[in-house]
Amino acid sequence: MSIAETLGQLALFADLTPSQLEAIAHSHDEDVFAVGERVLRRGISGGNFYVILEGEAAVEVEGEERHRLGRGEFFGEISALTGDPPTADVVARTVLRCLVIPAVQLERLLLDRPQFMLRLLRMEARRLQGTVEWRQ
Amino acid sequence: MAAVERPFPPGDYDVVVVGSGPGGLQTSYCLRALGVSHAVLSRDDCPGGMFRHFPIYQRLITWTKPDAPVERTSREYEWYDHNSLLADEPELRAVVPALMDRAFDLPSRAEMEAGLVTFAERAGLEVRYGCTWESTRHEDGRLVLETSDGEYRARAVVFALGITEPWRADVPGLEHAAHYVETRDPARYENRDVFVVGKRNSGFEVSQGILPWARSIVLGSPRPVQMEALALSALRVRYLHPYDEYSRGGPGTYVIDVTIERVEPVGERFRVVTHGTTWDGTLEFEVDDVIAATGFRTPLRDLRKLGLVTVADDRIPALTPWWESVSLPGAFFAGNASQGARGVEKRGAGANSGSVNGFRYNARVLAQQLAERLTGYEPPREPIPDIVSFLLHELTSAPDLWVQKGYLTRVVSETAEGWHDGGVMPLAHYLDVVEEDGAAASVEVDERGTTLPTLYLRRRGEIREHQLDPHPLHRYDGDHYRREVEALVG
Repeated sequence: MSIAETLGQLALFADLTPSQLEAIAHSHDEDVFAVGERVLRRGISGGNFYVILEGEAAVEVEGEERHRLGRGEFFGEISALTGDPPTADVVARTVLRCLVIPAVQLERLLLDRPQFMLRLLRMEARRLQGTVEWRQ
Repeated sequence: MAAVERPFPPGDYDVVVVGSGPGGLQTSYCLRALGVSHAVLSRDDCPGGMFRHFPIYQRLITWTKPDAPVERTSREYEWYDHNSLLADEPELRAVVPALMDRAFDLPSRAEMEAGLVTFAERAGLEVRYGCTWESTRHEDGRLVLETSDGEYRARAVVFALGITEPWRADVPGLEHAAHYVETRDPARYENRDVFVVGKRNSGFEVSQGILPWARSIVLGSPRPVQMEALALSALRVRYLHPYDEYSRGGPGTYVIDVTIERVEPVGERFRVVTHGTTWDGTLEFEVDDVIAATGFRTPLRDLRKLGLVTVADDRIPALTPWWESVSLPGAFFAGNASQGARGVEKRGAGANSGSVNGFRYNARVLAQQLAERLTGYEPPREPIPDIVSFLLHELTSAPDLWVQKGYLTRVVSETAEGWHDGGVMPLAHYLDVVEEDGAAASVEVDERGTTLPTLYLRRRGEIREHQLDPHPLHRYDGDHYRREVEALVG
């Protein structure tokens, strides 16, 4: 399956037309990580935004797994948007295939494709809700 | 005909290298220098790899400046010569500039090929030519290559195959199109309307090549030409002429962002149906010729069946920072396919592994890694008396750090006895795996293309990142920098 077709199956990109998906798929690279390889590094600047196309990743703080991410989920958005280095590591748990969107291009994509921005905000809001409930 | 003794008969080797292009030759040279027993196999009958045939329009896009502010035999000169292979011996260094006619600061294809042949001859690199790798299997933790000459077993195989197999994007009807590799005679496009599918290297190259012949040219693909990125890439040097015509409004040359729905024959001509990606709408073209300039892929034969995972529309193997398959241990890649390793990719910046200037360093680092893993080789850890000068010199003029920006890093370790050189390695390995106290120097770029000299300090398991200020002449050895680095490592 092509990257554009895979993206079309993910909630984050559900509102985009096939041509818009093709443009995104061709404008960004995919990265594949080996089991155990680090994708984002705590404290290191310049992290990208990643969307998982295939496989699983773990969010780790000091080597301890805090959260597991799977197909269609994303990470790196907070540091990509704030410019601050990530506060956790993200490590591939399986062979992990991601679409990589650097911070500058994420900003452009959010502004160019408001439907995508809304989807991302909703998913982010649900995560925040989960975190708040967990704290209570 | 007298029988000629061919090197590397079938059998067991620590390492088998497949390929005799620049990636294979550089890997073999470096393995030999480290005393790693290996075989080099090639289906060709002489060295040079893809440069024996490509680029079609005969001019490279990577520079070599025959005269530069530094001596040709110096390490620093490598920065000015992106096409010669690396060597320790002066007579093997900077081979390409000596062969250039200086018509241009980019060598011709023939000059590049001659450079590789000369390097192989002078270095006495042995290759078993005319030996074709046919299939692969796993046996007792080893890769076994079946070839036209017999079986080779190896603890590690370095595939230096290039990205050389013509590839067509999955567009209905594109099978009717000539591939870039079939466009050698530009005269056949005389007074014809041509649609070129693809806006990367080969798309621009072929378009420029047929510009003096064709009646009209349309270049189309989904991805917009990223002018900011292109302005800083090697591609601009040679192939932007069609874009120039388009942006000045010359009717007959167009560069458009479209998905191509289908290509269909209409009598002797073709209809190309497209939809805008950066604009809304549909455009149809009727042309005499369609050229598929959608690139190439690595000729991986049966490696996918053994579990090898790929990227970029199944065109390139997905690799770890040490250029090993992420899913098929023991299968390493050198040469152009080493771009399957993305590294830390800060701010989205990848390595320069798609050209000789980048992958020659990958091959050297890979050879050392294989020597350490397979033969117990221990690199010399030379003491560094003046750590501040050492780090600032590396940041200012180390060609490997400047070419493989943000991918390769120079590492130093700190012990009770002082500072020691830890050599060059992938930055990802330093950040994720190395544990000893020390530092690493890396040349990085920000989103605007500004060069950022960067140091990573590792103390008691904690890493701190420090970006030094940019400098208009890229000279990071002044007092201001000395004080800053002294405060960090002191």
